[in-house]
Amino acid sequence: MERNPLQRQVAYMRRSLFDQGYLDEQFVQLEDLQDDANPNFVEEIVTLFYTDSARLIHNIEQALESRPLDFIRLDDYMHQFKGSSSSIGAKKVKNECTQFREHCSARSAEGCVRTFQQVKQEHTILRRKLETYFQLARQAGLAN
Amino acid sequence: MNLGSGQGSMSTASSSGAWKAGDVVPDQFPAGLRVLVVDDDPTCLMILEKMLRTCLYEVTKCNRAETALSLLRGNKSGFDIVISDVHMPDMDGFKLLEHIGLEMDLPVIMMSADDGKHVVMKGVTHGACDYLIKPVRIEALKNIWQHVVRKRKNEWKDLEQSGSVEDGDRQQKPSEDVDYSSSANEGNWKNSKRRKDEEDDAEERDDTSTLKKPRVVWSVELHQQFVAAVNQLGIDKAVPKKILELMNVPGLTRENVASHLQKYRLYLRRLSGVSQHQNGLNNSFMGPQEATFGSISSLNGLDLQTLAVAGQLPAQSLATLQAAGLGRSTGKSGLPMPLVDQRNLFSFEAPKFRYGEGQQQQQQLSNSSKQMNLLHGIPTTMEPKQLATLRHSAQSFGSINMQVNAHGNDSSSLLMQMAQPHSRAQILNETTGNHVSRIASSMGQPVLSNGIAGGLLTRNVIVENGRGAGFNPVSQGPSVVEFPMNHTAELPGNSFPLGTNPGISSIQSKGLLEEVSSEIKGSRGFVPSYDIFNELHQPKSQDWELQNVGLTFNASQHANSIPGNLGSEHGNTHNISQHLNTLVDSSSRVKTEKILDPCCEITPFPEHYVQEDLMSALLKQQEGIGPVEGEFDFDGYSMDNIPV
Repeated sequence: MERNPLQRQVAYMRRSLFDQGYLDEQFVQLEDLQDDANPNFVEEIVTLFYTDSARLIHNIEQALESRPLDFIRLDDYMHQFKGSSSSIGAKKVKNECTQFREHCSARSAEGCVRTFQQVKQEHTILRRKLETYFQLARQAGLAN
Repeated sequence: MNLGSGQGSMSTASSSGAWKAGDVVPDQFPAGLRVLVVDDDPTCLMILEKMLRTCLYEVTKCNRAETALSLLRGNKSGFDIVISDVHMPDMDGFKLLEHIGLEMDLPVIMMSADDGKHVVMKGVTHGACDYLIKPVRIEALKNIWQHVVRKRKNEWKDLEQSGSVEDGDRQQKPSEDVDYSSSANEGNWKNSKRRKDEEDDAEERDDTSTLKKPRVVWSVELHQQFVAAVNQLGIDKAVPKKILELMNVPGLTRENVASHLQKYRLYLRRLSGVSQHQNGLNNSFMGPQEATFGSISSLNGLDLQTLAVAGQLPAQSLATLQAAGLGRSTGKSGLPMPLVDQRNLFSFEAPKFRYGEGQQQQQQLSNSSKQMNLLHGIPTTMEPKQLATLRHSAQSFGSINMQVNAHGNDSSSLLMQMAQPHSRAQILNETTGNHVSRIASSMGQPVLSNGIAGGLLTRNVIVENGRGAGFNPVSQGPSVVEFPMNHTAELPGNSFPLGTNPGISSIQSKGLLEEVSSEIKGSRGFVPSYDIFNELHQPKSQDWELQNVGLTFNASQHANSIPGNLGSEHGNTHNISQHLNTLVDSSSRVKTEKILDPCCEITPFPEHYVQEDLMSALLKQQEGIGPVEGEFDFDGYSMDNIPV
């Protein structure tokens, strides 16, 4: 199928993103939506997600600074963030979000703060990986 | 978020047109299904839009509930189905669901990342036709058309079984009409459906001329009879067969009554607070609400008047209703209600001035709602449905109340007769002082206070979003209805600046008189003003506040018309409400409630009112100002009177 090394590379990278648990089935749903009318649909959606999630992350950060912690609000923000992340198939990010919400329910400030760092970390890691992936895919497409 | 107006849904006009002709739908279906998707998450929204487009649906996206509602109201038959997120910043998804159900009667699918049983259950109880867990997959969206077909099918079945008493009216309406039950859509569907189920539709064929299915048109009078019968029997014992017997209307079938009763109950339920009694709404609702209802019923009588005044109800109907209401109310709650309501009024209104207005509006709405209830079938006690209706009406009341007040003259007299109303009126004037009373007083106080108060009171409660609150002049009454207060609060802005516009009141009173006599048809004149309001209101701020601005402005203009608005359901009422709406500027386009949110809905488009019946009229009134959507779910309320 892959006719050139770049394409093979892209396919390999894509496979590993799934295997390593960074992405789940929902990402495939996005890929299926990509067509000639929207040839860069997946990348557009991911870009939109990262733009919008910055806002959500900011909200959570601010909420984490208030004392005492408003767990309900935190949970609320995280619910939104989780929903958004799951819509692009960000599996690891979503899992960390779940953890965060559990700490909210348990009203554990320390748990929330710690888990949130993990959420942000996964969020950033995924972005870098996807950026690389899209760049590679574009090159492979051009080279095609 | 772009409404995506241009994209799919805006072309609905053409597509729907195509459907109407029935020449395209059957084959294309479900392609072309007009979907409105609402979600505050831009990522999800874009994904959903793409998925729906892939399913060949026509998609309009919205990132705010308010925007969605105004879109729906502005284009009553422009959508076939709505998909909404549960969690949204400006309005709770379930609340939006209720509005849509009441105003437009479209199938609504809820979505959420939350898959907890409690939330899903909430969706069920609020009337969602489906619940999707996020992330949504395209497979889940491929079959959403089934909900549209199912709904249409059920409606068709009703029609077929019940035949139609006055289906002529409905049929005549162009499919564009926005009957509160989205008959337009149905109409389209009907065509397609017709093709699909010939045998079923054979009888309905005669209304092929209009896509609308032949259905009983529940005119104000008819509804009043219905409500009277229900009240007489007692909401608990009101079974279709007995109601039918009591009503003794030739051509009306048990099925007609049954489906109407169901809607009525739902309406009441909603008014009184859907959340409370999701499950055995009708019954459970009745229980706790009984007291409230009782009072409401007394108010109902008033409401009738108010409604009647609003122009919706012809004077005689009003009298009938009142009698019924009175008869009932006495049985049920007797007069005590007004007192109770008064108290509530005060309590509700006191806290917030602005709300007061809203409340007043609400009250008015409640009044109107009450009236509506009365119309609905003067349930002996404000059944949950009533409450629901009230709520809606309350909202619309805002506008309606105004109107009602206007009519108040007439109604007031009627009200006066009703002992309760009278006191209420006073109370209203005093308590509501804010707006309602003003309105009432100016308008035709007697009417307002009584009817409105009653209606409002009850309605207030119902005015969920307080949108209607504006009109709840009934503040007095509302005690019964707990909601109104809440709702009215929201209205504050919109609800009724009326009160504050002394000028208006005077005008209104005048208008009332005029309206009253002419059944508020006169409100037509105000139409233009409403438009202004509508525009003002348009900003979806359901809050009446925004509207208030408009109102003041309009109020002066419409002062006269206000009275008409109250009777959203009644054509006349529409006028009044329209006026009121303008005044109220009720952003509350809460049309659904039909009670006509005083504020917004008073869109001066009387034409909408023509819809179906009182209920719709009332609802329409609210919308009257704007795209009058026959919000009331009640089918077939032909608000012919609603002059536009």
